[in-house]
Amino acid sequence: MYAAPFSYHRATSVQEAVKLLQELGEEARVIAGGQSLIPLMKMRMARPTALVDINPISSLREIETSKGELRFGALVRHADLEHSAAGATVPIIHDCAAGIADVQVRDQGTIGGSLAEADPSGDWGTALLALETSVVCFGPDGQRTVPLEEFIQDAFTTALAHDEIVTAVHVKVPPKGSAGAHLAFKRSAPVYPTASASAQLTLEDHNRCKEVRIVLGCVGLTAIRAKEAEAALRGKLLDEKNIRAAVEAARAAADPQSDMRGSADYKRMLAGALVKRAIGIAARRARGESVEAGHEYVGR
Amino acid sequence: MSDAKKILVRARVNGEAREAEVEPRTLLVEFLREHLNLTGTHVGCDTSYCGACTVILNGRTVKSCTLFAPMAEGGEITTVEGLAKGGKLHAIQEAFAECHGLQCGYCTPGLLLATLQLLRKHPRPTDAQIRKGIAGNTCRCTGYQNVFKSIRMASAEMEKR
Repeated sequence: MYAAPFSYHRATSVQEAVKLLQELGEEARVIAGGQSLIPLMKMRMARPTALVDINPISSLREIETSKGELRFGALVRHADLEHSAAGATVPIIHDCAAGIADVQVRDQGTIGGSLAEADPSGDWGTALLALETSVVCFGPDGQRTVPLEEFIQDAFTTALAHDEIVTAVHVKVPPKGSAGAHLAFKRSAPVYPTASASAQLTLEDHNRCKEVRIVLGCVGLTAIRAKEAEAALRGKLLDEKNIRAAVEAARAAADPQSDMRGSADYKRMLAGALVKRAIGIAARRARGESVEAGHEYVGR
Repeated sequence: MSDAKKILVRARVNGEAREAEVEPRTLLVEFLREHLNLTGTHVGCDTSYCGACTVILNGRTVKSCTLFAPMAEGGEITTVEGLAKGGKLHAIQEAFAECHGLQCGYCTPGLLLATLQLLRKHPRPTDAQIRKGIAGNTCRCTGYQNVFKSIRMASAEMEKR
């Protein structure tokens, strides 16, 4: 399958990328790993007239830790995060990175590209909303930092202007006693999940939930913070009754559509089940247990 | 193809400097097959699912149907043609032949490259690592059991060499 014709431009600095985007106009797009954009272009669902390839900008490939913050360059690959120290300290990042599609896609796809594409089925938007995340954007007027909540506005729609690029993703390291999990169910490895859920919990007194975030993925036009589900747990004991209330609230917060991956009802039930499991795993991890979790699929 | 401006793409493919002038929308797999006549890399689904088109680019695997050729500029590419050396099959190829890790052979070029990458990272992979390593490669013939046998045999052979 051929994409519609486009002109191709290579940028070697963020300044050059922005300049190219300004010159090439609103129909130009940035390409990073290309793992979401290229399939869309081949199906002609996206028809940019020009591509600005930012892969030569090596400064966007770095991972740094600074002042309690993890800083991921926009071009950091999912596979790099899967094997990173950041993934080892913040398990939700490892869960997400290690389960996206397959080896080939994880070797190419980038964290910045995934967020900038804002595919409602993408994993990073869900997992990173469970943490305090901000997106660093660079444009003609310089740099600005946008909280992830404001960055992703709708399906395939972000706060980025046409002449801005994502340069980094900053994630606040959760406090001691806090841990999370990102779980997803997909029909096979290479496909997007049918539903996903992230939970990040801070525990006190062994089983009391001090702080919590619960996020649903693939069941709405964007990732959904299930705030009523969080309220059902915040300040309360993590017992069966409270977890059940949180799961029910999470199901109610889901807004799925029936499609080839499943009916809306099925996805709502699946999202609830994933939330329940994510809460359990996050709590065990918060107590210091090492638990493997992530994407489930047939043949895993 | 349209009359869009062509650009030169240069890469080291299986150790050899190669180049071709292509339209920017040319996929890496088409660059290899149509422009460099390296038809060992197969187009299976053409949707980034099946993995038949897997090659190694700069030490990372890629589904070559999901990369525009200019993005590989200056890169180091290994395709299935680069596995055998001096007329002798690579240990992975021998193992797949020995263990019947293929029937129709369509998915095989991709599986061989995915296996090469897997064994570089995990010279003695566990079953879970094998499952994860080839999860992006679909085979509709073997049911994967013989692929697993082939990978285990290749791992053992490569340890010896």
